[in-house]
Amino acid sequence: MLSVRNVCKTLESFAINDISFEVERGRYFVLLGASGVGKSVVLETIAGLVQPDAGQILLDGKDITNEKIQKRGTALVFQNSALFPHMTVYDNVAYPLRCKKFSRRQIQERVASLGEDFGISGLLGRMPTTLSGGESQRVSLQRAVASEPRCLLLDEPISSLDVKSRPEMRGLLRKINAAGRTIVHVTHDYTEAVSLGTHIAVMEDGRIAQTGTVAEVLRRPRSEFVARFVGIRNFFKGRLEAPRGQAASRRFKTDGRDFSVLNDSEGGEGFIMVKSEDVTIANSPSHTSARNNFEGTIVDVVPAGLGLEVVVDIGAGTAVEVAALITAESVKALALRRGKKVWVSFKASAVKYVEQGTRSAGEWEDDGTGK
Amino acid sequence: MSRRGFRTGALSLVFAALGGGVLLFIVAPLVSMFLNCSLAELAETAGDDEVRNSIWLTLWTSMGATLIFAVAAIPFSYLLARKDFPLKGLVTGIIDLPIVIPHSAAGIALLGVLARSSFLGRAATKMGFSFISSSAGIMAAMAFVSIPFLINSARDGFLAVPVRLEKAALSLGASPLRVFLTISVPLAARPILSGLILMWARGMSEFGAVLIIAYHPMITPVLIYERFGAFGLKYARPVAVLFIIVCLVFFVMLRLLAKGRQDAQR
Repeated sequence: MLSVRNVCKTLESFAINDISFEVERGRYFVLLGASGVGKSVVLETIAGLVQPDAGQILLDGKDITNEKIQKRGTALVFQNSALFPHMTVYDNVAYPLRCKKFSRRQIQERVASLGEDFGISGLLGRMPTTLSGGESQRVSLQRAVASEPRCLLLDEPISSLDVKSRPEMRGLLRKINAAGRTIVHVTHDYTEAVSLGTHIAVMEDGRIAQTGTVAEVLRRPRSEFVARFVGIRNFFKGRLEAPRGQAASRRFKTDGRDFSVLNDSEGGEGFIMVKSEDVTIANSPSHTSARNNFEGTIVDVVPAGLGLEVVVDIGAGTAVEVAALITAESVKALALRRGKKVWVSFKASAVKYVEQGTRSAGEWEDDGTGK
Repeated sequence: MSRRGFRTGALSLVFAALGGGVLLFIVAPLVSMFLNCSLAELAETAGDDEVRNSIWLTLWTSMGATLIFAVAAIPFSYLLARKDFPLKGLVTGIIDLPIVIPHSAAGIALLGVLARSSFLGRAATKMGFSFISSSAGIMAAMAFVSIPFLINSARDGFLAVPVRLEKAALSLGASPLRVFLTISVPLAARPILSGLILMWARGMSEFGAVLIIAYHPMITPVLIYERFGAFGLKYARPVAVLFIIVCLVFFVMLRLLAKGRQDAQR
């Protein structure tokens, strides 16, 4: 388990303040925040590249705050791969093993088996400068894993990759995590957090604004900032059905309701997200182009930002809550109040799908169907 | 051609003419020296034991000085590239000092520290050697005037090595010394090598400081000076030509070697 306790660090341009969080062994923890908010500094503090001014860092019960970088048991992967340009891919991956004084044969075996796991066996003889972005990032990951870290630290490992290589990279990260390795992943992209993370922390101005499971933080943001940054109130876990022959219209099945999604990706386990500002509420069913229309009961009307948030339960049996952000005038004009029957609609194109791959359900404390 | 392009062209022409003058100024004396020196004279000089010994002495002392001082200078350059410390500006200034002070003055200064009566001189006597009139003294004088070239070049080389790579290596479990030896030095190899070549070449051509510390044994620049003083231009010239040829051969060889390394790195 990794514990970061009250860590503070002031640098020239900014500071991180009172950073605390815990990452259980085997978890995939995503630190989410806008760029320049200090996420990377938190990571470098854990890795020991930056000495904190105050606070404590514990890894598996051992205080590593002042431990030497090379003895911490953490490995850091940078946004732009930090492969050593004067060494072959093989020598890069063998580097941490040589530091640990493995025998030549042990190193050969280990590099070969890792090469197969990561699908880079064919690259081992190449020089890093001849690799594509996706390939070098895969090699960087393999090299970091070769050092057998107790905690793998990733600094925006996907952001610099082109859109095509991203799903492959996410798959690889899931695989590493599924093998039991604890991961702390820093990103500014909430879809990465949703797609990969079991738990997330949102950072704002050098502070942690909220931590929790992905579902908790996304569905119940505790502050205005978190809400605006990741505020996807409508967030459902389920399965995307992709029948052959249908162009880009998909059905997304959850425990409670099915939704229409405009997406051309392959089917599979994942999440859909709908911004509350994209959801319309009406007193009667209306004939529009919106493909998602549900009748439900208003369970709550609460102020949110500039308007009001109307939460409607559209579930049949189990509760499925959909939140709509609407103006106070509309609430008044439609006489919306708790307990009233209304129609909720949103377009299939307003639904964002994020694939999640396979992960055991136990890692999701929230089952994704609402409260 | 546009008016502006024409004017730039004319200006370039003027600059090229000026450059040609400077080039001629460098090349002409050398060429005339080579032309005024017959092959027979050269062959005779090359057979002269005194000349051969002095060239050999100059080569090995300058290389020795470079290699011995590199052991301390390269890590020091790394420190200058990576760490900030109080009075760093002063330290950087001190490193450049040997370049700006007259070399005979440098020799006098060095003599004060290395003379047999001095602390270092006495220590050397105890260990069975002396700096004065010896190869050890020649190396000290050569190193004194040439070490800034190595330090500055190596420091610039280390500055160009991304800190990110060093951090990555540390985080992969390498000790700082291992990172220095396996990441920083190999990645700065080319500037370090070119610094070594510069330091070596500068040491080899040193005259003033060496003359004061060790007139004997005679390095080639001192020998050229002595033959000129005692016998005149005609006797000094073949030695100078021979020495220049030997230096150029080594210089070109090392340059080619450095270039080969660079290609291997990319």
